[in-house]
Amino acid sequence: MDHLSTDVLVVGAGAAGMYASVSAAKSGADVTLCDKSLISRGGATVMAQMTVAAAIAHQEADHWTHHLHDTIQSGQGLCNEKLSYQLCKNAPKKILEMRDWKTDWANDNARIRQVLAPGHEVKRCCYVDFLNTGPAVARTLRGKVAKHKNIKRISGITIIDLVVKKARVVGAIGLHTETGDFVSFTAKAVVLAAGGLTQLFARNSASKNMGGDSHALALRAGANLIDMEFVQFFPIGHLAPRLVGMDPIMWDPFRYKLGGKLLNGQGEQFIENYGGEDGETYKVGRDLAAFAIIKECEAGRGSPNGGAWLSFQHLNKQHLEDAFGPIIKKLASNDIDLTKQSIEVAPIAHYHMGGIEVDERMETCIKGLFAAGECVGGANGANRLSGNAIPEAFVFGDIAGSNAAKVRAAFSTLSDQDSEIALSRVMNDLLQPAGNNITSQNENSRRLLHTLQKLMWKDVGVLRDTGKLQRALNEVRRFRKDMFPLIRPKQGMAFNTSLMDWLDLRNSLLCAEAICLAASERKESRGAHQMEDIPFKSDKFTKNQIISSHNGHLISSWKAVQKLDFDLKEKSLAVV
Amino acid sequence: MNSKTEKNLNSELYISRGTACTDPKFETFNVPFQQGASVLDALIWINDNVDETLSFRYSCINANACKECMMLIDGEVEYACLKKLQEKKSKLQPLPNKKLIKDLVTDIVPPKEKLSI
Repeated sequence: MDHLSTDVLVVGAGAAGMYASVSAAKSGADVTLCDKSLISRGGATVMAQMTVAAAIAHQEADHWTHHLHDTIQSGQGLCNEKLSYQLCKNAPKKILEMRDWKTDWANDNARIRQVLAPGHEVKRCCYVDFLNTGPAVARTLRGKVAKHKNIKRISGITIIDLVVKKARVVGAIGLHTETGDFVSFTAKAVVLAAGGLTQLFARNSASKNMGGDSHALALRAGANLIDMEFVQFFPIGHLAPRLVGMDPIMWDPFRYKLGGKLLNGQGEQFIENYGGEDGETYKVGRDLAAFAIIKECEAGRGSPNGGAWLSFQHLNKQHLEDAFGPIIKKLASNDIDLTKQSIEVAPIAHYHMGGIEVDERMETCIKGLFAAGECVGGANGANRLSGNAIPEAFVFGDIAGSNAAKVRAAFSTLSDQDSEIALSRVMNDLLQPAGNNITSQNENSRRLLHTLQKLMWKDVGVLRDTGKLQRALNEVRRFRKDMFPLIRPKQGMAFNTSLMDWLDLRNSLLCAEAICLAASERKESRGAHQMEDIPFKSDKFTKNQIISSHNGHLISSWKAVQKLDFDLKEKSLAVV
Repeated sequence: MNSKTEKNLNSELYISRGTACTDPKFETFNVPFQQGASVLDALIWINDNVDETLSFRYSCINANACKECMMLIDGEVEYACLKKLQEKKSKLQPLPNKKLIKDLVTDIVPPKEKLSI
C-alpha cells in the first residue's frame, strides 16, 4: 500500500475543507487536502446559489448578537449556543476577508448588498449575482489553497476509514479512484469536512457525494453524532418539467423578489388554509410551506407530478427578464417560458442540522479528530436559518484548521500493520462471501441505495409518525445486516464505479440507521422533526440526542443543551 | 426517468468502453427517451438498470456546477448534464485530448492535484 505522511489530513474540499486547510497551513502545519471528486467541485459549496448571512450591517443597523438571537430562535431550544455564538460572531470577519480575497459580493461600491431572508430580522444576507454565490466562493478558496506551498491537494481519494489508537486518530486509509490502489495516510490530526447527507432522501438537492461520509467515518472511529433526526426540507424544490443545468432550489430568491404564486392542482392558493400568510409577499416559513404542499397532495389536490404549481404568469416578459437575468436563457434551453406556463415544485431534502458532535474547538471526543462545515451538528438546532450554511463552513473550517495545526504528534503513529488491519476489516466485508449465503444476483449497491432513498423519503421525510419510523428503522437495520453483506462490487481497478458505490452505500446505511433511531426516540414535534401522531413540542425533549456506536450497534442517549455563558439580551442592548 | 418506462427504449447510446490498457470498444445501450432528459440522466439510468460498471464522471447531478461530466457527444465536446437526450442514436466518447482512464472518464485532474507518493 502506498503511504503518505502529513500533519493535518483534511477530508473533503468544499468551503469548510478549503478554509480549514488554509488556516492550518497559516499556522505552520503541512496539510493534505483530499476529495473523492475534484478539489472544490464535488460538494454542496459549488452548488450553493443562495445567500450568506453575516451581521456586517452594510444595509441597515445590525450586530452579531442579533444574528445569534435569530439563529437560536430558529433552532427552537436545541442550538449548541456556544457553536452558534462562534458562527454569528465570526461570520462578518469571514465575509470581509473573502472580499479581500476577491469574492465579488454584489455591492454598491464599498457597501455589500444584503437582502432579507426568512427568519432574519434585518437585511443580513450577502450574495454573488446571478445565483453564483457558491461557485464564486469555491473559486476564491481554491485560489487561496493553491497559494500555500504547504497544502498538498489530491483529487480522487475516497477515505475509507480512519485509524484510531487509544482514542486518538493517527491516520486514515483511502482508495485512489483513478488507479484503484489503496493508500494510507499518517496524520497528527484529521479534519472531516465532507458535507451533509441529504442524498439519503429520494428527493434532494444534494450532489452524488453527499451521502454522509464524514458522519460514518466519525462514528466508526468512535466519535459521536448529535441531533441526527433534524433534516431540513426545502419547500419548493424544482419538480417538473425536467430542468437541467440548474440547481433544483433555484426558485426561492425569485419567489421573494417577484412574489411567485404557489397554487394547488386546482389552481387555488392554499397556504392561508394552513394558517400561513401568503398573498404577494411570501413570508411563510419553510416548514409550514413544506407541510402545506404535502397535505394538499395527500388530499388529492397536488400538481400532476405530486407537488404544487409555482406561477410567475402575473408578470410581464420584461419584468421577468430583468429579474431573472441570464437565468431566463437557461430556462428557455429547457423549453420553459414563465410567461406561458407554471412550473411544479415540491419539498426536497436540502440540509442536515445534525452531525458530528464537537467542542468549541471543533474537536470530537477522539483526540486529533476535528469536523467542519455541514457535517458538524449543533449550531443550528432543530431548524437552520437560511444563509447560515456558508458562514458555518468558513467559521468552523477556520477554527478546525487552526486547532488541528496545534495537535502535537501522537506517541504512537500509524504503522504499515495498522493500515493493513484497517483495510482488512473492510476487505473482509468486501471480498469474502458472507457465510454460506450466495451473493444476491439481483441486488447491487445502486439498487439498494434507491430502495433506501425511497424508504427514507416516504417514512422519515417531511411528515413522520411513530409507526412509519419504527418500520423504517427495522427496514434499514435489515438492509444493513442482511442485504448489504450479500452485495459484492464488481472486480476492477481503474475508476471502479461499482466499488465506489459500495463504499458510499456502506456509509449511507449507517447514517440512515442513525437518523431513523434518533427520529424514533424523539417523541415530539419540533422544528424539522414533525410527528403527525405527536403534533406538539414537549419540554422534556429540550435536550440534544447523541448517537454512538458500540461494536457497530447504535445507541441513543441524551444530554443537556449547551447554553451561552452570558446574557444575550443584555449584550445586544449594550451594543445597539 | 424510471424503470417503469423501460419498455419504451427509444434512445440509443453507442458508448466507448475500455481503459488505457485495453483497446476501447463500442457498446450499444438502449435507454428510455424522456422529454427534457439529459445525456447524464441516461448514463445514470444505465448504471442503475443495466451496467453498474459503466464509468463516467459527475458529482452535482445536472446542476452544471461541478463541470466534471465533459465528454465527446456525436463528435462535439459537451457537458453530458446540459446535452439533451435525443430520440435517436448518439455516440459518446471520452475527451480526445486527455489521457483515458476508463470508459468516458479521462484524466482531467489538474497536475498539482494528483497523488504523488
